[in-house]
Amino acid sequence: MTDKFVSIEGIAKRYPGASGATTTVFENLWLSMARGEFCCVIGHSGCGKTTVLNILAGLDAPSEGAVIVDGQAIAGTSLDRAVIFQSHALLPWRTVLGNVAYAVSSKWRSWDRAKVKAHAQTFIDLVGLTGSEHKRPSELSGGMKQRVGIARALSITPKMMLMDEPFSALDALTRGTLQDEVRRICLETGQTAFMITHDVDEAIYLADKIFLMTNGPGAVLAEVVENPLPRDRGRTDLHRHPLYYALRNHIIDFLVTRSKTFAAETPNHDPRNVPVVQIGKPGLTIASNGEEQRQTRMPGTNPGLTA
Amino acid sequence: MNSSLRLRAGLVSVALLAAFLGIWHLATRSTAPVAAMNPEYAKLMGLTATQGKSAMPGPLDVGAKLWEHLKRPFYDNGPNDKGLGIQLAYSIARVGTGYLLAVLVAIPLGFLIGMSPLLSKALDPFIQVLKPISPLAWMPLALYTIKDSSVSAIFVIFICSIWPMLLNTVFGVASVRKEWINVARTLEVGTIRRAFTVILPAAAPTILTGMRISIGIAWLVIVAAEMLVGGTGIGYFVWNEWNNLSITNVIIAILLIGIVGMLLDQILARFTRMVTFPE
Repeated sequence: MTDKFVSIEGIAKRYPGASGATTTVFENLWLSMARGEFCCVIGHSGCGKTTVLNILAGLDAPSEGAVIVDGQAIAGTSLDRAVIFQSHALLPWRTVLGNVAYAVSSKWRSWDRAKVKAHAQTFIDLVGLTGSEHKRPSELSGGMKQRVGIARALSITPKMMLMDEPFSALDALTRGTLQDEVRRICLETGQTAFMITHDVDEAIYLADKIFLMTNGPGAVLAEVVENPLPRDRGRTDLHRHPLYYALRNHIIDFLVTRSKTFAAETPNHDPRNVPVVQIGKPGLTIASNGEEQRQTRMPGTNPGLTA
Repeated sequence: MNSSLRLRAGLVSVALLAAFLGIWHLATRSTAPVAAMNPEYAKLMGLTATQGKSAMPGPLDVGAKLWEHLKRPFYDNGPNDKGLGIQLAYSIARVGTGYLLAVLVAIPLGFLIGMSPLLSKALDPFIQVLKPISPLAWMPLALYTIKDSSVSAIFVIFICSIWPMLLNTVFGVASVRKEWINVARTLEVGTIRRAFTVILPAAAPTILTGMRISIGIAWLVIVAAEMLVGGTGIGYFVWNEWNNLSITNVIIAILLIGIVGMLLDQILARFTRMVTFPE
């Protein structure tokens, strides 16, 4: 909470509805992220997750409020914030290398062709696509396309990465491999990442913090769940960790019931001080019952478990 | 399978052609002398009267005449007697000039309209009114203002080929996938660079389709335009040979108009394939 690398301050998004009424997707949304933190947003469709991401990316402007990244209010899109699109959004008339090189040459306009190519190649190698540089997107599988999307986003060495359900269109095996790669790359490069997902396990594996959003319209950020699992967690033994099921059950409970009833049950919810949920205390190892181990604290008090 | 299908289709095509030529030949051949008549009168009337020959030339007459034309495509015996090659060259040059001018206007203008919803809405009524006007209706106005029949023909080609290109460019530019535009936006690509690196390649197949429709219309219109303006060109040739009552030459001209039109279309089809990208 000390280092607010990203700070979303009281943003709202309203659309003009039928007969002069306005539809409020969300309002008074406050959210912050520390440098190098991996955050996931979970919520049902229509809660405005994608809108939040688009506002962070600068593709969309909030109706109210501001977003501050690295000490500066954002205005429009920026090469500092790379987006990985759900539909990969590769330019189909360019090759793999061409797609990555397009991003590289957009960031470093004075670079000559050889330098751009060499830089793009390092990122193609990083995502494991060596040998496919000259293929066109139509010749690639879904997973490979998304790897190109990741390479393109990383190649401009952004300050943060924004991912809108990047793996939702992939099969389970490919998704797993790509999650591993994204986690490895983010840990290695200390990348700050903001990701939208519907997949609870994906959020548990990748995220340091999980933002839970209630159903829209009028969606609010209900809770920030800190991930209690160790930073060096692996995919294979993730579910053996004593706090795994407590964490998972907490999120599923929220999605199944509390996301609908939250607004009614919590009338004095303060969007500026969203409760931080810590599953299990640092000293406790066995979580037989998630309910007992759950401890909610308000921000600014006992920092508790930190990553 | 595929090659055998092509072979069979080819065989059917050849058979249909042979059948067509055969029926044509039978329908127009000379029959027995019709009736006894004064030899002087018979000479005057020709084979049509004496042998029962159809006034329509047969395929052999047309073939022989075509061979004559092909041997000397570029002769020039004065204003009313030029080789078919020269006439076609005049027509192609007119179509080419009018068409290129239309490309130069329609594609940049289409880009502007497609990228600006304001312009798109503002210009729409004009386009809707101008588009359905027969290009030949412009001819008197063109002749009156330009005062040069040859340039007027080029203007008519210009005005008829501009609409399909303009509308297709507008449509292609306006319907570029939002996500590709967003990629360019997140990479802070400027408007000009975005137009050339994202919108142009994405809209190119649609634009080329419009260009292909336009060249077809331009070639249709040039024949009619040249009949009106006269002097040179394949359209003038058709009308001139009609006045000469040389149906053989009219048929040859019809055949050549078809072949040139097909070639123009094929050229544009090849360009379209070059810019089409698989998704």
